[in-house]
Amino acid sequence: MEISINETKIQVTAAADTPLLWVLRDHLGMTGTKFGCGMALCGACTVHLDGQPARGCVTPLSAIAGKKITTIEGIGGTPAGKAVQDAWLALNVPQCGYCQAGQIMSAAALLKANAKPSDDDIDAAMTGNICRCGTYPRIRAAIKQAAGKLGAKE
Amino acid sequence: MIGVMKTPDEFAGVSRREFLARVGALGGLVLIAGVARVVKAEDARKYGADSMPHGWSDNPLAFIAIGEDGIVTIIVHRSEMGQGVRTGMPLIVADELEADWSKVRVSQAPADEVKFGNQDTDGSRSTRHFFEPMRRCGAAARTMLEQAAAASWGVSVGEVQAVNHEVVHRKSGRKLGYGALARAAAHLPVPARESLRLKDPSQFRYIGKGELALADGPDIVVGKAHYGIDTRLDGMLYAVVARSPVLGGKVVHYDAAEALKIPGVVKVLKIQVSVPSAKFHPLNGVAVVATDTWAAIKARNALKVQWDDGVHGGYDSKAYRAELERAARKPGKVLREAGDVDAAMSKAARRVEAEYYLPHLAHATMEPPAAAARIVDGRCEVWAAVQAPQATRDDVAKHLGFPSENVTVHVTLLGGGFGRKSKPDFAIEAALLSQQLGGKPVKVTWTREDDVHNDYFHTVSVEHLQAGLDARGKPVAWLHRSVAPSIVSLFGPDPRHEAPFEQGMGLINIAYDIPNLRIENPEAVAHTRIGWFRSVSNVPHAFAVQSFVAELAAAAGRDHRDYLLELVGAARLIDPTALKDGWNYSESPQRYPVDTGRLRRVIETVTREASWGRKLPKGGGLGLAAHYSFVSYTAAVVEVAVSDKGELTIPSVDIAFDCGPQVNPDRVRSQLEGAVVMGVSLATLGEITFKKGRVEQDNFHQYQVTRIDAAPRQINVHLVPTSDWSVPLGGVGEPGLPPIAPALCNAIFAATGKRIRQLPIRDQLTSA
Repeated sequence: MEISINETKIQVTAAADTPLLWVLRDHLGMTGTKFGCGMALCGACTVHLDGQPARGCVTPLSAIAGKKITTIEGIGGTPAGKAVQDAWLALNVPQCGYCQAGQIMSAAALLKANAKPSDDDIDAAMTGNICRCGTYPRIRAAIKQAAGKLGAKE
Repeated sequence: MIGVMKTPDEFAGVSRREFLARVGALGGLVLIAGVARVVKAEDARKYGADSMPHGWSDNPLAFIAIGEDGIVTIIVHRSEMGQGVRTGMPLIVADELEADWSKVRVSQAPADEVKFGNQDTDGSRSTRHFFEPMRRCGAAARTMLEQAAAASWGVSVGEVQAVNHEVVHRKSGRKLGYGALARAAAHLPVPARESLRLKDPSQFRYIGKGELALADGPDIVVGKAHYGIDTRLDGMLYAVVARSPVLGGKVVHYDAAEALKIPGVVKVLKIQVSVPSAKFHPLNGVAVVATDTWAAIKARNALKVQWDDGVHGGYDSKAYRAELERAARKPGKVLREAGDVDAAMSKAARRVEAEYYLPHLAHATMEPPAAAARIVDGRCEVWAAVQAPQATRDDVAKHLGFPSENVTVHVTLLGGGFGRKSKPDFAIEAALLSQQLGGKPVKVTWTREDDVHNDYFHTVSVEHLQAGLDARGKPVAWLHRSVAPSIVSLFGPDPRHEAPFEQGMGLINIAYDIPNLRIENPEAVAHTRIGWFRSVSNVPHAFAVQSFVAELAAAAGRDHRDYLLELVGAARLIDPTALKDGWNYSESPQRYPVDTGRLRRVIETVTREASWGRKLPKGGGLGLAAHYSFVSYTAAVVEVAVSDKGELTIPSVDIAFDCGPQVNPDRVRSQLEGAVVMGVSLATLGEITFKKGRVEQDNFHQYQVTRIDAAPRQINVHLVPTSDWSVPLGGVGEPGLPPIAPALCNAIFAATGKRIRQLPIRDQLTSA
């Protein structure tokens, strides 16, 4: 079937029940989206479907027909995604970095929907994303910095 | 062709560049020069990097390549797992090399300890052991560039100086860039170690500054960073394995009929190893090989496997805890004794007794174990996220029946390590499956369930403490019995006792001013794979000791900080061997004595910074703990707020840290921030339990870890400043962790009067 990833139409041949995560990683070689749990418990596989955050590990290929998929490889093309990536670098957020693709995707979705998130808003939007290295304080600070930068541009 | 290597240079080395190193041509020279220090058993006692297998190397030919375009490639031989070593090691080299950081590229070394020195990335020792060799490495290359420039100008080398990526001749104002000098410099001999001129620390441009961006940051934020699980090879197959759920279990029979019906499944293969001990060997199991991971997962779940559980099939966490408690209440092997504890205890004005329990933990690295392998013409290549590259190489070779030199291990980024990836069982699985598939490339991916079920678990322990207090409340007698299965059980007959390296993690080497003291270690038998987990035995030992000290302070009616400082006593340097600790993190007791002055200072710093003693609203409390580990000193104050319903929040944590001079302060801070979160996680949520030999948890809904909403809202890191670079470096990655759980539980006691003696806290506050 044909799917739309990061503004590009791509033909995919995979079983209909194959989660988007494995379509991206194994079939398309887009390994930026990470496997962490397979049960939507950790957020490492977060992508956007029509701009909304979704867990790629529990989203079967059959459920994404007609939807626009954005991944970590493409999120920098959005203002929120770029601001989040810049803030992540400015504050040296990552440690091992493995969960950060998912964190960035969740943070970008948050900022797109909420230009000035409170701490509680950040908790609500980011609590589905586990970081075992414990980068949470910097994630929180980076989201606020990105929000500030985005707000300044408006 | 490898699909998604990080950059073409990453693993191919820098062969397309003009090589300062000339590694291929001069490999023999490297060996003849004998730069790598190989430690032999018959040698006199060695410490630090000298004590590690293959020691260290400071050979610039191994670590530095300079292209004619001036790009400096620095090889990192330690594994990056979030501690920042791919930034930290190169910045040391670049500083002494006077390199412009914007022209520095970082490349990862394959497993080759003969060439690079020890590569075991564990024990919080990368910077501690390689700071000096890496400085010399950079200084030697800088000297070669200066010599090449001087020769080309026909002037004395004393008249030239390397400054910011070029060599200048002050008298004439002539300059030559590093790129222009690379070829000539490469043909010069490496200067003698003794002749090297190291920078005065006041001249450092990167070391100690913490101003450099992460080497891998730009790749990480766009999804280009390459982890073990991301490896793609042409024609690669994907494997998922059903492993014995019980240590030592074997496959009796399996039925793959349903599995083979799933589209994409290529083969079902048995993994059977016959080994006397678990070590790093793969577990017995049945592997499904398919054309994608999803098909392999589905098919693995469709396998019907009948197991012979073997001798550990009865392992039951509840029963085991009772067994440990029974052992802890009777005398055990005496590890250290001073004075007469029994007499002092009987004469004490007051006796206090407490027992603490800490369960098994799983590492749960966000990247589960994964590795890829292929075999071509009797040579195996492995791509893996491993903390022990050389062990991976040697063990893969042994299992394949190859000589080690026919195995190449490409070390990827690690999506978390924490000690899990010191054990390369998953990489050996990939190699064995490739061998069974006629050398075809295959990637093994562990699901989260596989990871939680078959980890090398953090030990489980009961810590039994007794103290006798004098009339003023000061301890005059101290008895500590620690009972925990040992990591050494992996490698041979179960010793049933903690090994010197486990005892030396805060059990026997407490430096308190107590006249009568006895440390005992009753027997415990391992029934699962016990492995290194960040901070290792410091976690249970520090939890028990630091909780108990707070209990004693409360019993004595004293302020905890004052009481702890009094217990630590006057500032003094203690030879660890006087504490019966002959291990001391493999460091020299003269160079690294236990310094109670430094322990006092972190306690004083953290309590001052956290405004110890301040009034908090109802339900609020501050808790303190301090601990010496990995030859560094840490103290933490945790602030909690406990609601009427018993809901716990952590508004702030202050942590003071003295590791001596800090090479990359930003990464020291980030390690401490991370250690605080991991400490909160294991204290509040972390627990692995066994029933019928099997782990009862499957995934993150049952093996829970701290998320952003429950993490401390504010973490304040206070690094003890020093400009004295003659102070030997301490460890950084691990020592932040041990004081967190006890400081948290001490804060809960301050807030509620409830004493937590078993971890995790989970619902202990709400159910009471």
